[in-house]
Amino acid sequence: MTDILQIENIRKTFPGVVALDNVSFSVAPGEIHTLLGENGAGKSTLMNVLTGLYHPDRGEINISGKQVHFTSPRDSLKCGIGMVHQHFMLVPAHSVFENILLALDDVPNFFNRSAYKEKIEKLIAEFDLELDLNLPVWKLSIGAQQWIELIKLLLRDCQLLILDEPTAVLTPQETERLFAVLQRLKGQGKSIIFISHKMREVMEISDRVTILKKGCSIATLARGDFDESKLAALMIGTDKVPQWQKSLQMSDELVLDIQNLSVQNDRGLADLDDFSLELKKGEILGIAGVAGNGQKALAEVLTGLKKTNQGKIMAGAEDITNSNARYSYIAGIAHIPEDRKTIGIAPDMDVADNLIMKSFKNRLFTSGIFQNKKAIRQNADDKIEQFAIKTGPDGTPVRYLSGGNIQKVIIARELSEHPTVLVALYPTRGLDIGSAEYVHKVIADGADRGMSTILIAEDLDELLKLSDRIAVMFRGKLIGYVDPRNTTREKIGLMMSGETPGDMS
Amino acid sequence: MKLVIERREISSPLLRFSAPVASIFVALFVAGFLLLASGVKPLLPYKEIIIESLGSMYGLSETLVKTTPLIFAGLGVSLAFRMQIWNIGAEGQIYMGAMGATWVALFSGIENHWVMLTAMFFAAFLCGGLWAGVAGLLRAKWQVNEVIVTLLMNYIAILGVDYLIYGPWKDPQGFNFPLTAQFSDTARLAEYFDTRMHSGFFLALFCALVLYLFMERTIWGYEIKVIGSNQKAAQYAGMNTAWAIFFVLFLSGAIAGIAGFGEVAGLQHRLQHGISPGYGYTAIIVAWLAKRSAIGVVIVSFLMGVLLVGGDSLQIMWQLPVAFVYAFQGLILFFLLASDFFIIYRLKLIRGNAHA
Repeated sequence: MTDILQIENIRKTFPGVVALDNVSFSVAPGEIHTLLGENGAGKSTLMNVLTGLYHPDRGEINISGKQVHFTSPRDSLKCGIGMVHQHFMLVPAHSVFENILLALDDVPNFFNRSAYKEKIEKLIAEFDLELDLNLPVWKLSIGAQQWIELIKLLLRDCQLLILDEPTAVLTPQETERLFAVLQRLKGQGKSIIFISHKMREVMEISDRVTILKKGCSIATLARGDFDESKLAALMIGTDKVPQWQKSLQMSDELVLDIQNLSVQNDRGLADLDDFSLELKKGEILGIAGVAGNGQKALAEVLTGLKKTNQGKIMAGAEDITNSNARYSYIAGIAHIPEDRKTIGIAPDMDVADNLIMKSFKNRLFTSGIFQNKKAIRQNADDKIEQFAIKTGPDGTPVRYLSGGNIQKVIIARELSEHPTVLVALYPTRGLDIGSAEYVHKVIADGADRGMSTILIAEDLDELLKLSDRIAVMFRGKLIGYVDPRNTTREKIGLMMSGETPGDMS
Repeated sequence: MKLVIERREISSPLLRFSAPVASIFVALFVAGFLLLASGVKPLLPYKEIIIESLGSMYGLSETLVKTTPLIFAGLGVSLAFRMQIWNIGAEGQIYMGAMGATWVALFSGIENHWVMLTAMFFAAFLCGGLWAGVAGLLRAKWQVNEVIVTLLMNYIAILGVDYLIYGPWKDPQGFNFPLTAQFSDTARLAEYFDTRMHSGFFLALFCALVLYLFMERTIWGYEIKVIGSNQKAAQYAGMNTAWAIFFVLFLSGAIAGIAGFGEVAGLQHRLQHGISPGYGYTAIIVAWLAKRSAIGVVIVSFLMGVLLVGGDSLQIMWQLPVAFVYAFQGLILFFLLASDFFIIYRLKLIRGNAHA
């Protein structure tokens, strides 16, 4: 039987970046094929190529044995490829029914509502879903919203469904139901490309797994040929990383002691669950974990953006969990946010104004109620030189700066008041090698001065290179600490999928 | 060949100045066809507009009379716009300011000229501020959309003032006209050159200067700009955004309220029906065209004053219908706004059909 999808030697570059280097894989009819890879391995780019958003520089896409060239997402849909995005494409104020109709091309201006309804109801019954067509979408759970996306594709008669981390937003029960539906679809001969980080799910549902690494498809394994540790090893790689030359002066004095912390998110699920962490003075503590396992909540709690439900945060001998001291303490915590453009900068203002965002009331920059423009300018000149920030002419809004330079502005601002603790989330994400190297140097220099850093990153190389210790998180819990000087990526990878170090021999 | 729209990295100061000027000429050119259609030679009316509004002491003074409330209301609106808060309610705030000033003028019994004017000023300031402050409170505390609240409160304010002048505040000697009694001389602003121009104009210029310094030089102005640029970043930097939203809407309404003070104390000398013929709405356009800068508000308000006074003369001298005046003003505004597009973007011709 010919494969429903076969892609060969796909390459896609963006100015200065090779997103996909050489990717080949195929999907058979009635197969659930998983794509596995770290963030940045090229999964999203590959999906955008398959759905016609990007044009590959090189390579072939064959649908049922026929070569195709997509020039728009419409072409891809016509070939029966449908995608459920991580962020749903729904109109919240409209009913489920209306949202589904929106996805159909061939609805006439005057149409028979009940005929369409019947057709959709039939599909819902077939897959045993619970979905009220008349409810507005905003009233539905995330899981139910995902059903709508699926139904849209099924009505369009898509033969190849792409699901981009569908379980990232689901509860375990919802995940179970989704998997049941996927199995049934598979039984009908439809093919599914499943993207996930979660090892256990990959093991449960995949017929074959293709591993992407740095833009290349490095292996495709069939069911029975893979287990969790093998996948982790392939995904993460095994080559040794040179450690950063640090002047080791970490002391045993605890700067922060987090005890049994629990934090719930808006949907009542636990982001942090009985989580404990010790941060020593002058150390760089790396946090490893697959994205979405509580790292963000940890950073938000430490920087005062989120409240705790349970547990204690001790700063030295003082309990600062719910005290006022927490806020003055937090003011002393520097924070490099994950989403630098949405919460890190005021995009319409220039570098000088952005650099004083946290200290604009400081006596240095004011005289009475007025701003001391000269001091602000001087501060900007100093920081621009010290951090080698490339800005445009004076007064250029920071939104025109490159990602790396925006990050430098944030780091310069955060470190300017000599904080005792730095919480850095994915500080080098999206930066070119030079900028990333510079960020590493700044963090390491800070440690030499006695600053303690919590470094949350997804790139294991980065963690291994920079950290004094690495703590591994899984589902909001601390799995354990490892010493980067004598550990393997394989071991960390296994801990990231939830195995405690004791389970391993 | 394909025409693409491209964002300019940085627009040069020359372009930022010349594009609006050019757009006014384009508007005049297009309006010329309308004039031709009505059987009037285009250049004469244009000359007339300039002569009527700027060419005589009387004309100039009338222009400044119209400019004054526009500056106040425009400053108020543009302050809120700076923080991405859309105060559409300057009209109602003008009415409330006028009401507050009138209350002091008629019922306070203050005898001293300066005390009286100061009290009237602050009454107008407070009334306008609190009126907008309602929207500020709702927005800050419960995220109620301030556009709807400020807009609808305009009707309440206008009808409320109508109630007062048709009812309790009606002048007993007024032959039943809907007006209050005339203010005594203690409650009037100085007038100049035997015209209707009053010291409110200088107060407006002073106000613009203060607001400019407030926005560009003080730490509060800085805070407002950060919040306007990125509210999340402001919160993360420890700013109290809810308080700032209330404060800015209060101040915005208060400044618009001063326009009401100027109108009753400087011009009408009483509260009456239709005290503002829509200055509060024109102020929105003023603030937008002025790019929310205080100095720009003064310039644009003056231009609007010229259009208002010159437009009247078109009706009188050339018997042009009032609809033409509106069309003429609309064209100028339309092309001014369009020029904005060319300041931010450029059009570019690309050969061949390149892929995205």
